[in-house]
Amino acid sequence: MAGRLMALWDWFDSRMPSVGEEWRKHAAEYYAPKNFNFWYYFGSLAMLVLGIQIITGIFLTMHYKPDANLAFGSVEYIMRDVWGGWIIRYIHSTGASAFFVVVYLHMFRGLLYGSYKRPRELVWIFGVLIYLTLMGEAFFGYLLPWGQMSYWGAQVIVNLFGTIPFIGPDLALWIRGDYVVGDATLNRFFALHVIAFPLVLLGLVAAHILALHDVGSNNPDGVEIKKHKDPKTGHPLDGIPFHPYYTVKDLVGAIVFLVIFCTILFFTPEMGGYFLEYNNFIPADPLKTPPHIAPVWYFTPYYTILRAVPPLFNSQFPGVLAMGVATMILFFLPWLDRSPVKSIRYRGTLYKSALGVFVVAFLVLGYLGTEPTTVWGQFPASDDSFFGKYILDTKDVATWVGRLGTVIYFLFFFLMPWYTARDKCQPEPDRVTM
Amino acid sequence: MNAAIRTLLVALALVPALALAAESGYRLDRSPHDPNDLVSLQAGARTFVNYCLNCHGAQFMRYNRLQEIGLTEAQIRDNLMFAADKVGETMRVALPGKDGKEWFGVPPPDLSVIARSRSADWLYTYLRTFYRDPKTSHGWNNAVFPNAAMPHVLWTLQGERALEHIQHTDKAGHVSVEHKWTQIAPGAQSTVQYDATVRDLVNFLVYVGEPAAQSRKHIGAVVLFVLSILLVLAYALKKAYWKDVH
Repeated sequence: MAGRLMALWDWFDSRMPSVGEEWRKHAAEYYAPKNFNFWYYFGSLAMLVLGIQIITGIFLTMHYKPDANLAFGSVEYIMRDVWGGWIIRYIHSTGASAFFVVVYLHMFRGLLYGSYKRPRELVWIFGVLIYLTLMGEAFFGYLLPWGQMSYWGAQVIVNLFGTIPFIGPDLALWIRGDYVVGDATLNRFFALHVIAFPLVLLGLVAAHILALHDVGSNNPDGVEIKKHKDPKTGHPLDGIPFHPYYTVKDLVGAIVFLVIFCTILFFTPEMGGYFLEYNNFIPADPLKTPPHIAPVWYFTPYYTILRAVPPLFNSQFPGVLAMGVATMILFFLPWLDRSPVKSIRYRGTLYKSALGVFVVAFLVLGYLGTEPTTVWGQFPASDDSFFGKYILDTKDVATWVGRLGTVIYFLFFFLMPWYTARDKCQPEPDRVTM
Repeated sequence: MNAAIRTLLVALALVPALALAAESGYRLDRSPHDPNDLVSLQAGARTFVNYCLNCHGAQFMRYNRLQEIGLTEAQIRDNLMFAADKVGETMRVALPGKDGKEWFGVPPPDLSVIARSRSADWLYTYLRTFYRDPKTSHGWNNAVFPNAAMPHVLWTLQGERALEHIQHTDKAGHVSVEHKWTQIAPGAQSTVQYDATVRDLVNFLVYVGEPAAQSRKHIGAVVLFVLSILLVLAYALKKAYWKDVH
């Protein structure tokens, strides 16, 4: 049997050797540093979730109807009458949140170990593009169940484009295809969600991995393993072939991930209203605005930034601009960081504290985005001081904390050239440590 | 590495459950429903078709699916199907939306997923907090959902009650509202019986909101069991491959 299979492979390989070559280049003979730790699972996990989303998505499109009159009902039809439909749907809805959990942790790994630094700038840039595309993909997908949150979330986000000076209103109209979010919007969001953005996503993932494999993976020590090669074989001394070492290791990571994923999926698929919002079980009603519109958790840090920035000349555009800059600034990270070392292990107190404060600020921004601005109450109304009269444009405590968080978010990036250059780093080791 | 995993687990554990407060600020009672109690589900189904289905539909729920709660097709046909001919039909309502809007101001919402949008606690409290209020068009009001368009449909069971909002101001100046209930006219059921009726109805509405919920948990247990076996095997495989990496 094995002999037959080998003969078949030889037949195939002699006619199309590039398949074997690619396998060797990207797996069997791709040398990855041997000291990957916990944080290095999330790249392969992101690929796993992407696969899960594509496969479940295909089955959902077989039953889903992108029609304003039928969409909500077709989702319930999937949940009740399609055999196994509820599993497929819950995998897809849980997968959407899992994708962002995994991607955020993957990006945080980059911040921990300086994986965006030379020579991996392109890997990082493709990664940021993936993140932005993923946000678009999630946004389009979230409209499809056609619940109240789907509808009003889309309304709010599309209106953001409407605040852009001069072209805004026309741009928003062009995106919606109607004066309000409606059937035309649903149909085009469906097209973008199931074809356009997944294609872009797959292309970017390919570019991300090709760029990575050209320069080689970073590691928790941030040292280049290609500097020390075995003179005989030419392989890095601190490297091990991705396959089988990391395929078996990532398999363990994948199963641990699936245990957590399935626990949520089967026992609390709504995740307390964070993965599936309660209001989204009410069919979209263009005439009834919900009292509290909150985006899904993965957008909330940016939503808080949007809300925190005060309007100018009655336009929300400054907030929209701040939100845009907050995501775009990620592209410049490789050039903002002036540190001579990559890994947090050898960085000084300045970067460590900056990163710590940034993470706290990001989480607080995320939390505040899920809540109304009144969540932490108000400053006393009878504040007649100069501060109370002229500075305090809103008395909501949460808005002010959101503003503080927004400032911290931006300072982390804007001050980075300064604090990373001044930081007292320790010398990097010559070789990786286990 | 262990520290990182621990941090992550702590972070996950701290994801707070969304506290559901009614828009009126009335404290919600905890719904005592039990999705495994088939008798309660059947009683809830009976209350549902007799009292709710006249105005509200459950248009995504099929009658024949009620076999899951221990009813036979004949029982469903004879006892529950007042508004449908075929047992494979969904629980639609005969009341046209236009009439509903004219009579109540808003068309009565479909109840298929009402337990998922409102929560069981909300429904359980809402259905038990109607009171007489001459200021509304139909003479009823609700403590959880003020000025609800729905009159007290279950009033023959619960009877008529009055609600007094008594304001207390403590020494620190904090204002609290006490809700004082009084029974004006008795209903066919005692308070305990009525609470049980509502519990059964809420139980049924929770079931209708996600009929697959119970099998979901059973399948989940099996999936987690299989995954844990796979995890042991995969970990052993990883150990074996990595024993020569130092």
